[in-house]
Amino acid sequence: MNRMILVIPAILLSVTALAIDTGKAFDDPELQARYEKIIDEVRCLKCQNQTIKDSNALLADDLRREIRRMIAEGKTDAEVFDFLVTRYGEFALYRPRMSGKTLVLWIAPIILIAAGALVAMRVVRGRMSLPIEIDDDAEERAG
Amino acid sequence: MLRYAAPAIVFAGMVAMFYFALGRDPGELPSPYLGKPAPQFELPRVKDPSATIGSADYAGQTVLVNIWATWCVGCRQEHDFLLQLANSNAIPIIGINWRDQRQEAITWLRQLGDPYVASGYDADGRVGIDWGAYGAPETFLIGPDGTVLYKHISPLTQQVWEQEFVPRIEQVKQASL
Repeated sequence: MNRMILVIPAILLSVTALAIDTGKAFDDPELQARYEKIIDEVRCLKCQNQTIKDSNALLADDLRREIRRMIAEGKTDAEVFDFLVTRYGEFALYRPRMSGKTLVLWIAPIILIAAGALVAMRVVRGRMSLPIEIDDDAEERAG
Repeated sequence: MLRYAAPAIVFAGMVAMFYFALGRDPGELPSPYLGKPAPQFELPRVKDPSATIGSADYAGQTVLVNIWATWCVGCRQEHDFLLQLANSNAIPIIGINWRDQRQEAITWLRQLGDPYVASGYDADGRVGIDWGAYGAPETFLIGPDGTVLYKHISPLTQQVWEQEFVPRIEQVKQASL
Protein backbone atom coordinates (compact mmCIF):
# COMPACT_ATOMS: atom_id res chain seq x y z
CA MET A 1 0.00 0.00 0.00
CA ASN A 2 2.80 2.38 0.90
CA ARG A 3 4.43 1.67 -2.39
CA MET A 4 1.18 2.41 -4.25
CA ILE A 5 1.08 5.80 -2.62
CA LEU A 6 4.43 6.57 -4.19
CA VAL A 7 3.61 5.03 -7.57
CA ILE A 8 0.41 7.00 -8.20
CA PRO A 9 1.96 10.48 -8.04
CA ALA A 10 4.90 9.18 -10.07
CA ILE A 11 2.52 8.12 -12.84
CA LEU A 12 0.62 11.40 -12.67
CA LEU A 13 3.81 13.42 -12.86
CA SER A 14 5.25 11.41 -15.73
CA VAL A 15 3.22 13.34 -18.32
CA THR A 16 5.84 16.06 -18.20
CA ALA A 17 8.23 13.52 -19.67
CA LEU A 18 6.08 13.61 -22.83
CA ALA A 19 7.25 17.10 -23.69
CA ILE A 20 8.39 17.20 -27.29
CA ASP A 21 10.32 20.41 -27.19
CA THR A 22 13.06 19.65 -24.72
CA GLY A 23 15.94 21.17 -26.62
CA LYS A 24 17.44 24.42 -25.51
CA ALA A 25 16.11 27.36 -27.47
CA PHE A 26 17.97 30.17 -25.72
CA ASP A 27 21.39 30.43 -24.13
CA ASP A 28 20.08 32.92 -21.63
CA PRO A 29 18.47 30.79 -18.86
CA GLU A 30 16.01 33.58 -18.12
CA LEU A 31 14.70 33.65 -21.70
CA GLN A 32 14.67 29.86 -21.78
CA ALA A 33 12.57 29.77 -18.61
CA ARG A 34 10.13 32.30 -20.06
CA TYR A 35 9.92 30.34 -23.30
CA GLU A 36 9.21 27.06 -21.50
CA LYS A 37 6.58 28.68 -19.33
CA ILE A 38 4.81 30.19 -22.34
CA ILE A 39 4.75 27.05 -24.46
CA ASP A 40 3.39 25.15 -21.49
CA GLU A 41 0.40 27.47 -21.43
CA VAL A 42 -0.49 27.56 -25.09
CA ARG A 43 -2.93 25.07 -26.51
CA CYS A 44 -2.09 23.22 -29.67
CA LEU A 45 -5.16 24.09 -31.76
CA LYS A 46 -4.68 21.03 -33.92
CA CYS A 47 -4.62 18.56 -31.04
CA GLN A 48 -6.71 20.42 -28.58
CA ASN A 49 -5.89 18.71 -25.32
CA GLN A 50 -2.17 19.17 -25.57
CA THR A 51 0.01 22.17 -25.02
CA ILE A 52 2.33 23.14 -27.82
CA LYS A 53 5.14 21.96 -25.58
CA ASP A 54 3.79 18.42 -25.71
CA SER A 55 2.70 18.30 -29.31
CA ASN A 56 4.70 17.44 -32.37
CA ALA A 57 2.01 18.64 -34.77
CA LEU A 58 3.27 20.91 -37.53
CA LEU A 59 1.19 23.77 -36.20
CA ALA A 60 2.64 23.40 -32.70
CA ASP A 61 6.08 23.46 -34.24
CA ASP A 62 5.24 26.64 -36.16
CA LEU A 63 3.79 28.30 -33.08
CA ARG A 64 6.85 27.44 -31.02
CA ARG A 65 9.01 28.97 -33.72
CA GLU A 66 6.93 32.15 -33.75
CA ILE A 67 7.10 32.37 -29.96
CA ARG A 68 10.88 31.90 -30.01
CA ARG A 69 11.11 34.63 -32.62
CA MET A 70 9.00 37.03 -30.54
CA ILE A 71 10.98 36.34 -27.37
CA ALA A 72 14.22 36.87 -29.26
CA GLU A 73 12.81 40.17 -30.54
CA GLY A 74 12.30 41.23 -26.94
CA LYS A 75 8.51 40.97 -26.83
CA THR A 76 6.90 40.65 -23.42
CA ASP A 77 4.86 37.62 -22.39
CA ALA A 78 1.69 39.70 -22.68
CA GLU A 79 2.57 40.63 -26.26
CA VAL A 80 3.16 36.98 -27.13
CA PHE A 81 -0.20 35.99 -25.67
CA ASP A 82 -1.86 38.89 -27.48
CA PHE A 83 -0.42 37.66 -30.76
CA LEU A 84 -1.98 34.24 -30.20
CA VAL A 85 -5.32 35.50 -28.94
CA THR A 86 -5.76 37.84 -31.92
CA ARG A 87 -5.31 34.91 -34.27
CA TYR A 88 -6.82 31.98 -32.42
CA GLY A 89 -9.00 33.45 -29.67
CA GLU A 90 -8.81 32.94 -25.92
CA PHE A 91 -9.11 29.22 -26.49
CA ALA A 92 -5.43 29.15 -27.41
CA LEU A 93 -4.50 29.88 -23.82
CA TYR A 94 -4.78 27.27 -21.12
CA ARG A 95 -5.28 30.06 -18.63
CA PRO A 96 -7.62 32.42 -20.46
CA ARG A 97 -7.27 36.00 -19.38
CA MET A 98 -9.95 37.71 -17.37
CA SER A 99 -12.23 39.59 -19.74
CA GLY A 100 -15.91 40.03 -20.43
CA LYS A 101 -15.97 36.94 -22.60
CA THR A 102 -14.08 34.68 -20.23
CA LEU A 103 -15.44 36.07 -16.96
CA VAL A 104 -17.88 33.20 -16.68
CA LEU A 105 -15.01 30.70 -16.82
CA TRP A 106 -13.37 32.37 -13.88
CA ILE A 107 -16.36 33.01 -11.67
CA ALA A 108 -18.44 29.90 -12.43
CA PRO A 109 -16.42 27.62 -10.11
CA ILE A 110 -16.70 30.12 -7.25
CA ILE A 111 -20.43 30.50 -7.78
CA LEU A 112 -20.94 26.75 -8.02
CA ILE A 113 -18.96 26.08 -4.83
CA ALA A 114 -20.83 28.86 -3.01
CA ALA A 115 -24.17 27.51 -4.21
CA GLY A 116 -23.20 24.00 -3.15
CA ALA A 117 -22.08 25.21 0.26
CA LEU A 118 -25.35 27.10 0.68
CA VAL A 119 -27.41 24.02 -0.13
CA ALA A 120 -25.29 21.86 2.17
CA MET A 121 -25.66 24.40 4.97
CA ARG A 122 -29.41 24.57 4.59
CA VAL A 123 -29.73 20.78 4.63
CA VAL A 124 -27.54 20.48 7.71
CA ARG A 125 -29.38 23.32 9.49
CA GLY A 126 -32.70 21.74 8.61
CA ARG A 127 -31.64 18.44 10.07
CA MET A 128 -30.23 20.03 13.20
CA SER A 129 -33.61 21.50 14.05
CA LEU A 130 -35.32 18.12 13.75
CA PRO A 131 -36.20 16.46 17.08
CA ILE A 132 -33.65 13.81 17.91
CA GLU A 133 -35.36 10.49 17.50
CA ILE A 134 -34.39 8.01 20.11
CA ASP A 135 -33.92 4.59 18.67
CA ASP A 136 -35.97 2.38 20.96
CA ASP A 137 -34.46 -0.87 19.78
CA ALA A 138 -30.94 0.31 20.44
CA GLU A 139 -31.90 1.48 23.92
CA GLU A 140 -33.44 -1.82 24.67
CA ARG A 141 -30.34 -3.64 23.53
CA ALA A 142 -28.13 -1.36 25.53
CA GLY A 143 -30.34 -1.47 28.58
CA MET B 1 -44.16 24.85 -3.98
CA LEU B 2 -40.55 25.96 -4.52
CA ARG B 3 -39.49 22.63 -3.12
CA TYR B 4 -40.91 20.91 -6.18
CA ALA B 5 -40.36 23.64 -8.73
CA ALA B 6 -36.66 24.20 -8.02
CA PRO B 7 -35.41 20.76 -9.16
CA ALA B 8 -37.67 20.94 -12.22
CA ILE B 9 -36.26 24.37 -13.15
CA VAL B 10 -32.69 23.19 -12.65
CA PHE B 11 -33.41 20.10 -14.72
CA ALA B 12 -34.98 22.15 -17.51
CA GLY B 13 -31.93 24.40 -17.49
CA MET B 14 -29.62 21.43 -17.84
CA VAL B 15 -31.69 19.98 -20.68
CA ALA B 16 -31.54 23.32 -22.48
CA MET B 17 -27.78 23.57 -21.94
CA PHE B 18 -27.11 20.03 -23.17
CA TYR B 19 -29.45 20.51 -26.12
CA PHE B 20 -27.39 23.42 -27.38
CA ALA B 21 -23.97 22.28 -26.24
CA LEU B 22 -23.92 18.61 -27.18
CA GLY B 23 -24.73 19.21 -30.82
CA ARG B 24 -21.63 21.36 -31.25
CA ASP B 25 -18.31 20.07 -32.40
CA PRO B 26 -15.88 21.10 -29.66
CA GLY B 27 -13.05 20.94 -32.19
CA GLU B 28 -14.50 23.75 -34.25
CA LEU B 29 -13.43 27.16 -33.09
CA PRO B 30 -15.09 30.35 -34.19
CA SER B 31 -12.61 32.63 -35.89
CA PRO B 32 -11.77 35.70 -33.83
CA TYR B 33 -11.68 37.54 -37.16
CA LEU B 34 -15.42 37.16 -37.85
CA GLY B 35 -16.81 40.61 -38.60
CA LYS B 36 -13.33 42.10 -38.40
CA PRO B 37 -10.78 43.00 -41.06
CA ALA B 38 -9.08 39.96 -42.50
CA PRO B 39 -5.33 39.74 -41.98
CA GLN B 40 -3.23 41.22 -44.76
CA PHE B 41 -0.85 38.97 -46.62
CA GLU B 42 1.43 38.80 -49.59
CA LEU B 43 3.09 35.60 -50.76
CA PRO B 44 4.99 34.36 -53.78
CA ARG B 45 2.74 32.38 -56.08
CA VAL B 46 2.92 28.59 -56.11
CA LYS B 47 3.17 28.34 -59.87
CA ASP B 48 5.25 31.46 -60.45
CA PRO B 49 7.53 32.38 -57.53
CA SER B 50 8.52 35.63 -59.23
CA ALA B 51 4.96 36.98 -58.92
CA THR B 52 3.01 37.52 -55.71
CA ILE B 53 -0.58 37.15 -54.62
CA GLY B 54 -2.04 38.91 -51.63
CA SER B 55 -4.72 41.03 -50.04
CA ALA B 56 -4.06 43.89 -52.47
CA ASP B 57 -5.07 41.65 -55.38
CA TYR B 58 -8.65 41.24 -54.22
CA ALA B 59 -9.33 44.58 -52.52
CA GLY B 60 -12.89 45.69 -53.19
CA GLN B 61 -14.07 42.24 -54.22
CA THR B 62 -16.01 39.51 -52.48
CA VAL B 63 -13.74 36.48 -52.55
CA LEU B 64 -13.02 33.16 -50.93
CA VAL B 65 -9.66 32.61 -49.32
CA ASN B 66 -9.02 28.90 -49.14
CA ILE B 67 -6.21 27.41 -47.05
CA TRP B 68 -5.09 24.14 -48.58
CA ALA B 69 -2.23 21.68 -48.83
CA THR B 70 -1.48 18.47 -50.67
CA TRP B 71 -1.10 16.59 -47.36
CA CYS B 72 -4.64 17.54 -46.43
CA VAL B 73 -7.23 14.85 -47.14
CA GLY B 74 -10.15 17.22 -46.72
CA CYS B 75 -8.66 19.48 -49.39
CA ARG B 76 -8.80 16.63 -51.89
CA GLN B 77 -12.44 16.07 -50.90
CA GLU B 78 -13.47 19.65 -51.54
CA HIS B 79 -11.33 20.12 -54.63
CA ASP B 80 -13.98 19.11 -57.14
CA PHE B 81 -16.46 21.47 -55.55
CA LEU B 82 -13.97 24.34 -55.66
CA LEU B 83 -13.44 23.61 -59.36
CA GLN B 84 -17.19 23.69 -59.87
CA LEU B 85 -17.38 27.10 -58.17
CA ALA B 86 -14.51 28.41 -60.26
CA ASN B 87 -15.95 27.07 -63.51
CA SER B 88 -19.32 28.65 -62.87
CA ASN B 89 -17.62 31.97 -62.08
CA ALA B 90 -19.47 32.00 -58.78
CA ILE B 91 -16.70 33.77 -56.89
CA PRO B 92 -12.93 34.26 -57.20
CA ILE B 93 -10.99 31.85 -55.00
CA ILE B 94 -7.60 32.82 -53.62
CA GLY B 95 -5.50 29.93 -52.35
CA ILE B 96 -3.02 29.86 -49.51
CA ASN B 97 -0.89 26.78 -49.94
CA TRP B 98 -0.03 26.07 -46.34
CA ARG B 99 3.08 24.26 -45.16
CA ASP B 100 3.46 22.32 -48.39
CA GLN B 101 6.10 21.33 -50.94
CA ARG B 102 5.99 23.60 -53.96
CA GLN B 103 6.56 20.81 -56.48
CA GLU B 104 3.83 18.66 -54.98
CA ALA B 105 1.44 21.60 -54.98
CA ILE B 106 2.16 22.29 -58.64
CA THR B 107 1.61 18.63 -59.54
CA TRP B 108 -1.67 18.62 -57.61
CA LEU B 109 -2.94 21.69 -59.46
CA ARG B 110 -1.87 20.28 -62.81
CA GLN B 111 -3.41 16.86 -62.28
CA LEU B 112 -6.62 17.84 -60.53
CA GLY B 113 -7.23 21.27 -62.02
CA ASP B 114 -6.65 24.70 -60.57
CA PRO B 115 -9.71 26.47 -59.11
CA TYR B 116 -7.66 29.36 -57.77
CA VAL B 117 -7.07 32.82 -59.17
CA ALA B 118 -3.65 32.06 -57.74
CA SER B 119 -2.26 30.34 -54.69
CA GLY B 120 0.29 31.89 -52.39
CA TYR B 121 3.08 29.62 -51.24
CA ASP B 122 3.25 29.72 -47.45
CA ALA B 123 6.16 27.36 -46.88
CA ASP B 124 6.83 28.09 -43.22
CA GLY B 125 3.19 28.54 -42.22
CA ARG B 126 3.50 32.13 -41.03
CA VAL B 127 0.62 33.43 -43.09
CA GLY B 128 -1.41 30.43 -41.96
CA ILE B 129 -0.81 31.46 -38.35
CA ASP B 130 -1.77 35.06 -39.16
CA TRP B 131 -5.10 33.74 -40.43
CA GLY B 132 -5.58 31.61 -37.34
CA ALA B 133 -5.46 28.42 -39.38
CA TYR B 134 -5.24 25.20 -37.43
CA GLY B 135 -6.66 22.56 -39.72
CA ALA B 136 -6.84 22.76 -43.48
CA PRO B 137 -9.06 23.06 -45.39
CA GLU B 138 -10.32 26.37 -44.09
CA THR B 139 -12.35 28.73 -46.22
CA PHE B 140 -12.87 32.41 -45.45
CA LEU B 141 -15.49 34.58 -47.10
CA ILE B 142 -14.10 38.08 -47.44
CA GLY B 143 -16.33 41.04 -48.21
CA PRO B 144 -15.44 43.92 -50.52
CA ASP B 145 -14.40 46.04 -47.52
CA GLY B 146 -11.97 43.33 -46.45
CA THR B 147 -13.93 42.01 -43.47
CA VAL B 148 -14.26 38.32 -42.74
CA LEU B 149 -17.93 37.50 -43.29
CA TYR B 150 -17.71 33.79 -42.59
CA LYS B 151 -15.25 31.02 -41.96
CA HIS B 152 -15.79 27.38 -42.74
CA ILE B 153 -13.48 24.67 -41.40
CA SER B 154 -13.46 21.24 -43.07
CA PRO B 155 -14.28 20.49 -46.72
CA LEU B 156 -16.60 22.89 -48.50
CA THR B 157 -19.69 21.19 -49.90
CA GLN B 158 -22.62 22.25 -52.02
CA GLN B 159 -24.84 22.20 -48.94
CA VAL B 160 -22.55 24.39 -46.84
CA TRP B 161 -22.10 26.69 -49.78
CA GLU B 162 -25.82 27.21 -50.25
CA GLN B 163 -26.63 27.46 -46.56
CA GLU B 164 -23.81 29.62 -45.27
CA PHE B 165 -22.06 31.36 -48.12
CA VAL B 166 -24.72 32.23 -50.70
CA PRO B 167 -26.98 34.16 -48.29
CA ARG B 168 -24.03 36.20 -47.02
CA ILE B 169 -22.84 36.96 -50.52
CA GLU B 170 -26.34 38.04 -51.48
CA GLN B 171 -26.51 40.29 -48.44
CA VAL B 172 -23.29 42.03 -49.44
CA LYS B 173 -24.59 42.50 -52.98
CA GLN B 174 -27.83 44.00 -51.68
CA ALA B 175 -25.94 46.36 -49.41
CA SER B 176 -23.73 47.64 -52.20
CA LEU B 177 -26.61 48.33 -54.58
